[in-house]
Amino acid sequence: MAIIEVNDLYKIFGPNPKRAIPLTKQGMTKAEILKRTGCTVAINDATFSIEKQETFVVMGLSGSGKSTFIRCLNRLIPPTQGDILVDGENVATMDAERLRELRRYKMSMVFQHFGLLPHRNVLGNVEFGLEISGMEKSQRREKAQRAIELVGLDGYEESRTSELSGGMQQRVGLARALANDPEILLMDEAFSALDPLIRTQLQDELLELQAKMHKTVVFITHDLDEALKLGDRIAILGPDGRVRQIGTPEEILSRPADEYVKAFVQNVDRTKVITAGSAGGHVPSIIYPRDGVEAAIRVMERNNYSTVFVTDASRVLKGLITIDDAVSLRKAERQGAGKENIATILHDNVYTTLATTSISDLLTAAIKTNYPIAIVDEEGVFHGAVSRAAIIAEVSKSSDNSAVPVQLREINGSDHSREDE
Amino acid sequence: MNFREIVNIGGAFESVIDWLVDNMSWFFKGISTAISALLDGTTAALNFPPWFVMAIALTALAWWVAGRGVAIFTALGFFIIWYMGLWTLTMSTLGLVIASVIIALLIGIPVGIWASKKNVVWNVVRPVLDFMQTLPAFVYLIPAVLFFRLGPVPGVVATLIFSLPPAVRLTNLGIRQVPKEIKEAARSFGSTSRQILFKAELPVALATIMAGVNQTIMLALSMVVIAGMIGAGGLGNEVLRGITQLRIDLGFEGGIAIVILAIFLDRVTQALGNIAQKKR
Ligand SMILES: Nc1ncnc2c1ncn2[C@@H]1O[C@H](COP(=O)(O)OP(=O)(O)OP(=O)(O)O)[C@@H](O)[C@H]1O
Ligand SMILES: [Mg+2]
Repeated sequence: MAIIEVNDLYKIFGPNPKRAIPLTKQGMTKAEILKRTGCTVAINDATFSIEKQETFVVMGLSGSGKSTFIRCLNRLIPPTQGDILVDGENVATMDAERLRELRRYKMSMVFQHFGLLPHRNVLGNVEFGLEISGMEKSQRREKAQRAIELVGLDGYEESRTSELSGGMQQRVGLARALANDPEILLMDEAFSALDPLIRTQLQDELLELQAKMHKTVVFITHDLDEALKLGDRIAILGPDGRVRQIGTPEEILSRPADEYVKAFVQNVDRTKVITAGSAGGHVPSIIYPRDGVEAAIRVMERNNYSTVFVTDASRVLKGLITIDDAVSLRKAERQGAGKENIATILHDNVYTTLATTSISDLLTAAIKTNYPIAIVDEEGVFHGAVSRAAIIAEVSKSSDNSAVPVQLREINGSDHSREDE
Repeated sequence: MNFREIVNIGGAFESVIDWLVDNMSWFFKGISTAISALLDGTTAALNFPPWFVMAIALTALAWWVAGRGVAIFTALGFFIIWYMGLWTLTMSTLGLVIASVIIALLIGIPVGIWASKKNVVWNVVRPVLDFMQTLPAFVYLIPAVLFFRLGPVPGVVATLIFSLPPAVRLTNLGIRQVPKEIKEAARSFGSTSRQILFKAELPVALATIMAGVNQTIMLALSMVVIAGMIGAGGLGNEVLRGITQLRIDLGFEGGIAIVILAIFLDRVTQALGNIAQKKR
């Protein structure tokens, strides 16, 4: 269900901004409009909805209107035109009192440069929102303390924020935003000011928190890797302030909507984004002990596989059988060695992975093993497999063609054209 | 008839002042009464305890906010003042300074806040402040005397006007310098304008505002001495007597007492500013 709906949103800075709207509809560029009217188009006709509990990433280059957009959601910047419905209520037109309530109880924001109060310690900063909403002291202490623990800042309650590292300061910012337990978190380039290492760490922590708390997160970034890592869905803003594409990370990578998005995603390491689940898929398996060697051979022959996975009755993976072993077992059986159990030819040295693991993390396993890699969930239940060929195909798709190794004879020989794939 | 007689700037000013004195005397009387009351209060409070109790209290204050060095200076300095027989005059000068500064801050800080919020206000206030600061200090004595005659009250008025600009300027500057993200953060959690001002802007701007308070106090002290010319009393009178009667000893002793008071006030208010700064 959509928690935030944005309809035909425009934000134009400058004198008499409404008059620039028809010009954008005529297809004039941002620069032309600026020259003609002195107005800067920051958001140009944005329409989309954000689902409850999803992490919605808005990404674009500097100046594409990201900060403006997220500030329209809580009306730190009033939109020029259009509706922003939060749980059906229009933020663009609500009165000051209602708007304050929205900001106090429903939506909190985390800032790029933290926006902490230098005259207050960590606890005082985390308490800030609760204090503003008039919560009584003992109660807000308790809530702030809980938020501090949530972000792993316990023990730092009395520290001055200026004594903390950037990563710690942003934890304070996050705790402050979480303290009143809002439904929606707005994060404007929250991790952009941090060192790469700390940044990765905070991204991981956000994912962990999100797995527990299921907030609706609107996350702004200019870093595509960050967008792909955090986003359930991503909206890409063009330099003209227009939304170019909205989709899951995989949709954006595999089906870029236009040349702009394509250029944008070109340099991404696909192997970090394409998951085992999407590169692989469902494969037939047999159930032990119900199915015997005959069933195993039949499945392999019908699908033209050289292996088949074996599960128990509740589909927990037991291992894998190869066609060669199965055929020799059947031969032994026919020669009168008695009914053989397929457990004797079951290989348990197969690699398993979660569906969400990225291809790049599977590469080592794919090189070591001769079998497909099984996709299982946390309980060990079998969901499918990803073949070595599929993994290698994904890796080679994302490699840069000019750097592909060439055979010696092609360089020396008369034939200068490269062998294509 | 020459041009100067048709457009007579000085004459026009005089008639405005005349009109004000004739028609607004109730207004100036009211102000005068209020200032007198405040002044009597501060001077009485300063002169109420015996000199050594007061000196110890001021030394303790210096120690508490500015540390040992300033405390030793304070003890020594106030002892010298007493020894020179200038204790009562020094306390009445301090009383004049405190009364003027209280009024200057009561006007200056709110105006500074207002100016920081509205560019229109700042655009009006700024040239007025520039004008006030370029005028020689003596000029303030004239309207003060015209409206309030002679004595300590016009002294306070001239002093507060002269010392007002830094309070306005640095309050305005301090609030404008509060990082945009801090203001946005305060607003994003649902603060009212009041809450933003008192819980975010003023505390963050405090160190800058304190620098303004320090400058206001120092300007007030310098003006209070000049105001001795219109009978404000205190050390200014003593220095003036030294000048007019060519009594070098009187003038020198009065000057020393003023310097001691100035250093004491400067160090203590600066230290207060540093405390505000350190808290960041
Ligand atoms: N207050 C303002 N007045 C005028 N123009 C503005 C204002 N704020 C932003 N803009 C303009 O609107 C456009 C979008 O700005 P915005 O800050 O939203 O971009 P951004 O995507 O957040 O960029 P960055 O990555 O640099 O933070 C820019 O062209 C900017 O110059
Ligand atoms: Mg931005």
